[in-house]
Amino acid sequence: MSTMAIPQAAAAVHLHDDRPFIRRYIFSTDHKIIGIQFLFMSLLFLLVGGLLAMMMRWQLAWPADAQHPLPGGSLLPETMVAQGIMLPEFYNSLMTMHGTILVFFAIMPLLVGVFANYLIPLQCGAPDMAFPRLNMLSFWTAVPAGVLMVAGFFVQGGHAAAGWTAYAPLSAVPEYSGVSTGQVLWTVSLIILGFSSLMGAVNYISTVINMRAPGMTWFRLPLPVWALFITSVLILLAMPVLAGALILLLFDQVLGTSFYLPQANGEPLLWQHLFWFFGHPEVYILILPAFGFVSEILANGARKPIFGYHAMVLAIVAIAFLGWIVWGHHMFQSGMNPMLGNTFMFSTMVIAVPTAIKVFNWLGTLWRGSIQFQVPMLNAIAFVAMFVIGGLSGVFLASTPVDIFYHDTYFVVAHIHYVLFGGSLFGIFAAITYWFPKMFGRMMSERLGKIHFFLTFLFFNLAFFPMHNLGNAGMMRRIYDYRQYAHLADLQPLNEFISLSAFALGVTQLLFAFNFLWSLFRGKKAEQNPWRANSLEWSAPSPPPHGNFAVTPIVYRGPYEYSSPESAEDYLPQDQPPAEQPVPAPDLVPASS
Amino acid sequence: MKWGFPESVSTYGGDIDAMYAIILYVTGAMFLVVEATLIYFIIRYRRREGGKADYVHGHLRTEIIWTLVPFVLVAMLAVTSAGTWLDLKHPSRFPAAGLDLKVRAKQFEWNVTYPGADGRLGTGDDFVKRNQLHLPTGVPVRLTLSAEDVIHSFFLPEFRVKQDAVPGMETSVWFEATKPGTYVLGCAELCGLGHYKMRGTVTVHTPQEFQRWQQEQGAS
Repeated sequence: MSTMAIPQAAAAVHLHDDRPFIRRYIFSTDHKIIGIQFLFMSLLFLLVGGLLAMMMRWQLAWPADAQHPLPGGSLLPETMVAQGIMLPEFYNSLMTMHGTILVFFAIMPLLVGVFANYLIPLQCGAPDMAFPRLNMLSFWTAVPAGVLMVAGFFVQGGHAAAGWTAYAPLSAVPEYSGVSTGQVLWTVSLIILGFSSLMGAVNYISTVINMRAPGMTWFRLPLPVWALFITSVLILLAMPVLAGALILLLFDQVLGTSFYLPQANGEPLLWQHLFWFFGHPEVYILILPAFGFVSEILANGARKPIFGYHAMVLAIVAIAFLGWIVWGHHMFQSGMNPMLGNTFMFSTMVIAVPTAIKVFNWLGTLWRGSIQFQVPMLNAIAFVAMFVIGGLSGVFLASTPVDIFYHDTYFVVAHIHYVLFGGSLFGIFAAITYWFPKMFGRMMSERLGKIHFFLTFLFFNLAFFPMHNLGNAGMMRRIYDYRQYAHLADLQPLNEFISLSAFALGVTQLLFAFNFLWSLFRGKKAEQNPWRANSLEWSAPSPPPHGNFAVTPIVYRGPYEYSSPESAEDYLPQDQPPAEQPVPAPDLVPASS
Repeated sequence: MKWGFPESVSTYGGDIDAMYAIILYVTGAMFLVVEATLIYFIIRYRRREGGKADYVHGHLRTEIIWTLVPFVLVAMLAVTSAGTWLDLKHPSRFPAAGLDLKVRAKQFEWNVTYPGADGRLGTGDDFVKRNQLHLPTGVPVRLTLSAEDVIHSFFLPEFRVKQDAVPGMETSVWFEATKPGTYVLGCAELCGLGHYKMRGTVTVHTPQEFQRWQQEQGAS
């Protein structure tokens, strides 16, 4: 069934794009190409960040053990790995860069750079972003940031080694961390990346406000657009704070100021306040878009309207608001006034409420559905199951007295990975497999996708669940050799088990990479609407041409009209005119077939 | 595989462990309910030939209930936690009498200043021990922490004590040991290359033993 006969014919004209290759694919202003550019860049960084984690896990499985030399260690210089044994300075760099790269260069651009770019104009029914050139500049500002971040590995003294949170004074004074150039490159790279994110955010916000198709009211917006819109507001407000904090840090590093150093009445805790004032909204930047994707995919897979659409939107807004007043929970043990600790505990506990609302509404969406288990749906369901664990473990950390024991232990590592891998990354796998046909006009392999999903789900839990136990045993994070401690010496077998699971998890991701690349060229040709979905992007060809829609679509209803009695099918696209209405003039809107 | 915390050897360790247990029960119940419902739904409502999903958009009363129930639960957890936290961390609630020690952290060692025979800090007979924390059972120990270079975190897992030592400011923490023995002092905040070996030993004596030890040190 084609509901868009006329636009497709008209679109064929657009497909004859006579712009030269470099304007079409390299310096493109097309939001879809920019989204795909972000996709390739951030998948590459995802691979790099994952490899760094594998090397860390080798050290943690067999700490400084000559019987188990690091594979490929002989290829690395003596300043990193000596006689097969990783040096502590290199371990600290690995740990710092694993966090930095995955947070800033993989998960954040995958969620926002890729999908805000790709989806917002298509789901709003717009031809492109509000500011296409600014959008291009946003990507090409992220590239030098990435280059500088990678360059840090090759400079003398090694890469940044103060953790991805870069607590001052350790990050500010080379004598303390043993790293000078690497730490400066880290700072400069993130300042530049912040500008890239800001340019993106301005664009996404303007596009959603100004460029919605006729009939696309705020409460007819698909939830990914809502989530990305609110995320963009968070980016717009949080990134300048990070930039400010980083610029002061850079001054301390290179100009001899002492904003964060006590020697001249500077304040080490100032860094933590600024960093986490940015950093906690950042946590929601890293999960809200995934909430949106998963909502979309669960409704589609269950063939049922999303349960409680308005509650879902309000919960996103509530989380975004509360996200600004919880930063102090990262600083319970920092020496901050304990009264303030309790205040932050209350706000942090309260943020569990809108989060729970989302989970319950996802369950409500599945209730009495007609659930199909395609690969995107499997990943979306896994998202719900795993995010629940990450959310609940957060309650332990929110409780000020329990946090005394857990702060800076592996329990925190387990928590963050259940949120960022179990949550965000499963959301990303769901989103990539769901929108791949639209992006590239081909389907990904279902069989490979399912194998990848089940193995990832298994090894993810084997690798990360036991980290809760390490935390309970009192194992600190960011520690090169835990066997130095009497209470941790017998944790080697558990650490070895975690590492082996992590290696299996890493190898499993090659299946995804293979599926992605193979499907790009050899995948089955995708139909216009392979998931029988309602939102506007499925009314455009796969892939949509430059300008997206030949005729601006008109929106008649919300995006989750699945199994509506109005339609013989179990879906009802947003732009399909209602049956009882007179057919509009053909030059305005395409007739329904 | 071990599940719980290490054995608690401080007077308030049990309060923290009890709070942990309460949260474990509450979140554990939530976990079981949500995951069991999820599994039940994906089996019960899987696609079948000729089946069609219900056309339902939501239900206001249900939304209100599942907003209020978590709110009440987390508010209860927060209220229960708040008092314990202030007892442990707020200097105005610290026990009045006890042993005062100063801990100065630097890369990568803990320097502990003890009062000499006069029992007071800041007098001539104070003495300093590196990476050794000695204390008696049954006496509240009040520690004043500071750091020379970067931020360190003073961590005594068996006593349920953790407090950052921050350069340029003083932080304080107290605890009371219940059981003689040898325990772990670790650094929980990344503090540089030697972070992983910034460890010390905690020796808990009986009060008489401690007094003897203190006099021996003061005399030497």
